[in-house]
Amino acid sequence: MSADQSAVQMPVLEVEAVTLRFGGLTSLAAVDLYQERGEILAVIGPNGAGKTSLFNCLTGVYVPQEGRVTFRPTAGRDVDVLGSKPHEVNRAGIARTFQNIRLFGALTAVENVKIGVESRQKHGAIGAMVGTPRARREEQESDATAIELLRFVGLGRRANELANSLPYGDQRRLEIARALATSPSLLLLDEPAAGTNPAEKRQLEDLIRKVNDERDISVLLIEHDMRLVMSIASRIVVLNFGKVIATGTPAEIQSDPAVIEAYLGSEAADAAGA
Amino acid sequence: MTAVSDPRPTLLDRVRGNADARRLARYLLIAVVAGLIVGKDGTGDEPFSGIKGSFQDSTMLYLVIAAVVASVLARLYDAQRDTVAQLRGRASGAREQLIGGSRQKYANIAFLVLALVFALLLPLGLSGFWQRVLVERIGIFVLLALGLNVVVGLAGLLDLGYIAFYAIGAYVTAYFTGQLPAEPPFTLNPFLIIPISVLAAMIAGVLLGAPTLRLRGDYLAIVTLGFGEIVRITAVNSDKLTNGPRGAIGIPHFSAFGYQWKLDSKPYYYLLLAMMVIVVIAFRRLENSRVGRAWAAIREDEVAAAACGVPTVKFKLLAFGIGASTAGLAGNFYASKVGFISPDNFLLITSFLVLVYVVFGGMGSLPGAILGAAVLTWLPEVLRDKVPAQDRYIYFGVLLIIMMIFRPQGLIPSKRRAREFAMHEGGDALGSAEGSGTTAGAIA
Repeated sequence: MSADQSAVQMPVLEVEAVTLRFGGLTSLAAVDLYQERGEILAVIGPNGAGKTSLFNCLTGVYVPQEGRVTFRPTAGRDVDVLGSKPHEVNRAGIARTFQNIRLFGALTAVENVKIGVESRQKHGAIGAMVGTPRARREEQESDATAIELLRFVGLGRRANELANSLPYGDQRRLEIARALATSPSLLLLDEPAAGTNPAEKRQLEDLIRKVNDERDISVLLIEHDMRLVMSIASRIVVLNFGKVIATGTPAEIQSDPAVIEAYLGSEAADAAGA
Repeated sequence: MTAVSDPRPTLLDRVRGNADARRLARYLLIAVVAGLIVGKDGTGDEPFSGIKGSFQDSTMLYLVIAAVVASVLARLYDAQRDTVAQLRGRASGAREQLIGGSRQKYANIAFLVLALVFALLLPLGLSGFWQRVLVERIGIFVLLALGLNVVVGLAGLLDLGYIAFYAIGAYVTAYFTGQLPAEPPFTLNPFLIIPISVLAAMIAGVLLGAPTLRLRGDYLAIVTLGFGEIVRITAVNSDKLTNGPRGAIGIPHFSAFGYQWKLDSKPYYYLLLAMMVIVVIAFRRLENSRVGRAWAAIREDEVAAAACGVPTVKFKLLAFGIGASTAGLAGNFYASKVGFISPDNFLLITSFLVLVYVVFGGMGSLPGAILGAAVLTWLPEVLRDKVPAQDRYIYFGVLLIIMMIFRPQGLIPSKRRAREFAMHEGGDALGSAEGSGTTAGAIA
């Protein structure tokens, strides 16, 4: 019991002194952060602060020059993320969505989700060509799981529509369904509310909560919409010019002078401090 | 444009602004080009006499009249189609119908049965010459196109050296039948060499693919192009191994289950047909399986595919290996049927031709690959006695150009590919059409 409890204390994600440079440009400078298991953590910061670069480092797209990223899919199992390829990171249990939606547009909604489910399946080309019992069973499982996930995100009726013909908000949710299809323990959402209308934003907020509560998935979120961030994040990390300038609860972040300065300029920060 | 241009700019402007006039101009242009091709030939002394002669020929007049009639018919067809589309759109709420009804399914089965019966009866009504063309040109190239379709059409990898795998299949057959200077450890009938040829081509595909498939589309095209030439030049130069430019002669016919294939093309045709049916069924299942969907994902967005846990390099290698082994099978078959192979069978142009068949038929589509290869291998043969020898490939070229203008998605495009095509039409039509531009480098 006590061993269990100490394991629960171990963060699901630990980022230590990650530095990413592109030639002379430093995109991330010694970034440190951690995420508790089951937590919704938000990363905010002005444009160009390095938020998406951080996501790309966490998912194997970029390999930072320095630092260490440890991911714990389950308590007690450590995965070294840096140096893993994107699909290996996904296999370990980190799924993501993209800032500029990257669905497979010419495929249907259900096919998009199936691709995620099927990346875990075992049958190969020969099994598929011959039609082995296992291939058939896995195909059925893939259909069932995909439909269930589409219902979960509220797209059950749109299963057979083409991904790129869906309304914008639905595309965002389809991307989340596709990410969930790989059964992650950590979900990275890159500006999920960008470009959605207020009604869609509310649905999205509910969906993120539902993912977090019902599926026990830790959520790391980049978002510009402050109302959304303040209402769902349990903690917030603020990035500016590739550095972490503040970490804390929503209330702490709202009154932090460094954050206000980063967002509004130094005069506003002075006014707030006075 | 010459046919409708006029000194007054106002008319030209009006022509540009009017879709019907534009179509008429396009048809007239094609008519004039066609007239020039079929008309009088120029001579060495007077190269332009052919152009003059063609315009004076009555054929030109008929072609121009045909162009005018065709443009009127196209106008009427468009008008009718628009009305039908409008009515349908109202009925179904303009939503794309993705799940075909059971009626559609029966229609498809009926069509397949008819096609198979046609294929079975086809050689019976043909002369010996055409039976040979049917096997050695059309059949072999249909098989090659089916294999390349997996690589280019499904996985979206541009392979310009595909013929190298065909060569490997053929040379492996020659080697194990003892028809090469190099002494094999044992000799077999070509029929028993089929698995060896297939395996050798697949291994070659994987060996070539493993280091190169990490490259983006355009680089891959260049590397495969080089590989195709390396294989051919090796065959030309290694006299002691491959008998150099003279090639291998006297590769025996197939013999299996107590049956001996001979000079007659018909038994070969039926064997080839059986192989093709198996290949088509296998590829069809593959396309609709997790493998086919993973390929579609890689083709559309490699970064997103990897983020969904799809091991992209592994799946690309798989496509490469499957395509290569199909070519190995075709090479084995050709070597046994014709009995003679030389490096001249495996020129770079042949690689391009197979690619053209796939694009012409419609990338990613099995019926497309079959029809594309069949039409384009049949055409030069049928033109052989009808037009002067030096003109044969002009017709071929013009057909391709017309096709790319009017139906760039190919004869029978696959549903997925047609949608991708429509999606990219606005932006980078070229990238997606060549299956090489799917990996956008930038990740915002």
